Amino acid sequence: MYVAVKGGEAAIANSEMLLAETRRGDPALPEIGTAQIASQLSLAVDRVMTEGSLYDRELAALAIKQAQGDLLEAVFLLRAFRTTLPRFGASEPIDTARMVVRRRISATFKDVPGGQILGPSYDYTHRLLDFSLLATGGAPADAPRAPVDPGPMPHVLALLDREGLIEPERDSDAGAPVPDVTRDPTTFPTDRATRLQALARGDEGFLLALGYSVQRGYGRNHPFAGEIRLGEVEIEFTPEELGFPVTIGAATVTECEMVNQFKGSAKEPPQFTRGYGLAFGHSERKTMSMALVDRALRARELGEDVEAPAQDEEFVLYHADNVEASGFVQHLKLPHYVDFQSELVMIRGMRAAAAAGAPTAEPPLRVAVGED
Amino acid sequence: MSSRPLLQVRGVTRRYGPRVGCREVSFELWPGEVLGVVGESGSGKTTLLKCLSAQLVPDAGAIVYDTRDDGPRDIFALSEPRRRLLARTDWGIVHQHPVEGLRMGVSAGANVGERLMAVGARHYGRIRGQALDWLGRVEIPRDRIDDLPRTFSGGMLQRLQIARNLVSRPRLVFMDEPTGSLDVSVQARLLDLLRGLVAELGLSVIVVTHDLAVARLLAHRLMVMRGGAVVEHGLTDQVLDDPQHPYTQLLVASILHP
Amino acid sequence: MDGYNFAYLDEQTKRMIRRALLKAVAIPGYQVPFASREMPLPYGWGTGGIQVTASIIGADDVLKVIDQGADDTTNAVSIRRFFARTAGVRTTERTAEATIVQTRHRIPEAPLRDDQIIVYQVPMPEPLRWLEARETETRKMHALAEYGVMHVKLYEDVARHGRIATAYDYPVMVSGRYLMRPSPIPKFDNPKMDRSPMLQLFGAGREKRIYAVPPYTTVRSLDFEDHPFDIQRWDQRCALCDAGDSFLDEVIVDDRGGRIFVCSDSD
Repeated sequence: MYVAVKGGEAAIANSEMLLAETRRGDPALPEIGTAQIASQLSLAVDRVMTEGSLYDRELAALAIKQAQGDLLEAVFLLRAFRTTLPRFGASEPIDTARMVVRRRISATFKDVPGGQILGPSYDYTHRLLDFSLLATGGAPADAPRAPVDPGPMPHVLALLDREGLIEPERDSDAGAPVPDVTRDPTTFPTDRATRLQALARGDEGFLLALGYSVQRGYGRNHPFAGEIRLGEVEIEFTPEELGFPVTIGAATVTECEMVNQFKGSAKEPPQFTRGYGLAFGHSERKTMSMALVDRALRARELGEDVEAPAQDEEFVLYHADNVEASGFVQHLKLPHYVDFQSELVMIRGMRAAAAAGAPTAEPPLRVAVGED
Repeated sequence: MSSRPLLQVRGVTRRYGPRVGCREVSFELWPGEVLGVVGESGSGKTTLLKCLSAQLVPDAGAIVYDTRDDGPRDIFALSEPRRRLLARTDWGIVHQHPVEGLRMGVSAGANVGERLMAVGARHYGRIRGQALDWLGRVEIPRDRIDDLPRTFSGGMLQRLQIARNLVSRPRLVFMDEPTGSLDVSVQARLLDLLRGLVAELGLSVIVVTHDLAVARLLAHRLMVMRGGAVVEHGLTDQVLDDPQHPYTQLLVASILHP
Repeated sequence: MDGYNFAYLDEQTKRMIRRALLKAVAIPGYQVPFASREMPLPYGWGTGGIQVTASIIGADDVLKVIDQGADDTTNAVSIRRFFARTAGVRTTERTAEATIVQTRHRIPEAPLRDDQIIVYQVPMPEPLRWLEARETETRKMHALAEYGVMHVKLYEDVARHGRIATAYDYPVMVSGRYLMRPSPIPKFDNPKMDRSPMLQLFGAGREKRIYAVPPYTTVRSLDFEDHPFDIQRWDQRCALCDAGDSFLDEVIVDDRGGRIFVCSDSD
């Protein structure tokens, strides 16, 4: 008897064994360790932690190893683990002004209090393949480090704020509980806190393309990179039984503050506006894109026309999540033969009617109601 | 003629921040009457039309409509479902640009039939029959019923929009520069058609236009607006032939008499 | 399974989902937003149905999982294995034995009883989505029962094709109030939903919506009086069991276009 394309349990088990074999690769080579991934593929780990919404280098490295380096699959693994974790509460807001800075640049001022610190960056490297990395061996020479300036490093935008040149960063509802897009269904219209959460989890490529579209004129908002800083911040948590915050650890984050086109009206004098981006680890492309899209999504709040894709919150938030997108695109691999059979019956019927001279003279054009 | 007005407008004011859209507008519209609202662009006539048709909420004033079931009611005191129902059954809105008032992705027949289906018509043959009838009445060839609007000329689109509105037999129709998007050559034909339909159906109409020729042809009465306020109000012939307000005199003088 | 709760979800999440289910049952056909969790299976592969099943399943339940009507398709196997692993419940391929049937794209041919629950996996819950992209607007349309535009679509079908050209995921009115997508089941299955003794639960994980049709609720497929709703019929009978009243899958058996028809329901 003909066996339809229906896979049994055995087929799935075999497929998983083949996958494990492929993952291991050539057994003659040493197996890669998660510590190596965490340390030497650190930017991949940063992206997986950011989009996976879980700050754990070891688990992110494990996810990357298990996913054979497929970062979206790794994000998915980390998210599926995260969802099972109990929630103790929300930390205190991190204070990035008190960040132990490793890199800090501003494109808006030549010099700023605390100075510009280039830090580690690909920005000025010449993208020439370094064939010396083909060989393994020697450690790189120690990079020279200037003595750390213990002085304060205020946010560049805070300097503009002092003059009233930029809209103040207001906490619209300081006492309100922190929204959690992973625990509450998003309803529209959304507030900015919800949007920023969704953007932080959003796919870097999608946000990059949207941010780029803003620059090219689809919802143009004249951005300047006010400040980008990378470094370590303390995480503080207030346990109910203590009633005061205690430090529970530190996290590496990248923060981007964009300065955008000013607005003004009869009542308000012109001011610059803001876009904000924050991500785990060293993720400049992500935070800059996020800040551009954050600002674009504030169009309604700032009285601008919502015309471009990046300004449309339903469009952006419904499509930014790569775990959702990847699942739904790839579900087309699942069998659809009942739907397809229904269409076959339909189209054969219509063609038969057409051949018999019935009304359908033009080739059938389908207006789909259902598609999945 | 009925013993009470179809629409009573009292002190309608709408501001945009510090700027005035329209100010203290009051009038009555009687069944079967066509009221023209004229003035240059920026005079507040479109803002007024949007308030009257419940597309904009006025800051002050009352708009009382004589509903079929419950008599005179302030439209903004009605629940939103009732107001939306009113707008798509008892009212019609003819936009200046037909694409704003049409569904460009579905056929002409579906465009005309939509209002019927919205109020529960479920017999395809009868819906199609009425659509065919209305295409005929607005002089669109009946064999175009299954064509998409994008294949229509500007004049045909505007006539299709009119059919789509009138199919539900509204009592009150709002028109915003109905000939504004058309070539002069097709304007006359559309005006002729509109005048015929209005008389035949006994429609009440509020038509906003900057074109005094349109106003003269369609309107029984005229309101002249400037800077958001009504500066003159009277029978059309009176206002156009013997304007009292200096602004109206200027307006009338600026066009060539036929 | 070690380290995970019974049926994977923690009890707090299950309670949240059950609250959404109760609301859904109380308002037949209304889409209740719920805080869909990230599941270890991909979005679009049944995460909504899995969360609903995980929230209602108990140790005594007997679970049947079908995809395209069959128990042995890969995704059905995968989901059944997930529950066998995380809940240790008994599974079955017999419709009559199951207390819960989770399904994708079919309703079993054998009628379900009032002590059985069917859980549908829903990819896109919003019936108005193809006519209106905005959630804010579609919610308002539901609230005001402004569904005329749905018939505009059906009108277009009849005008173009001489018939309503929707073969699956065919929209229905539930209890005369809410327009609902039955999920991508063939319209052949639509009549089975009407006034059925079974409790019907729908889960859309990615879109974060739950809805329900309580037992004995009217479910009417949209149509015109002069173009009434009609289901697919086959000239053939099932090549395996000779059934003449079931939904048939077409199976191509050689490269010369030879084909046979077999029941989509493997029970």
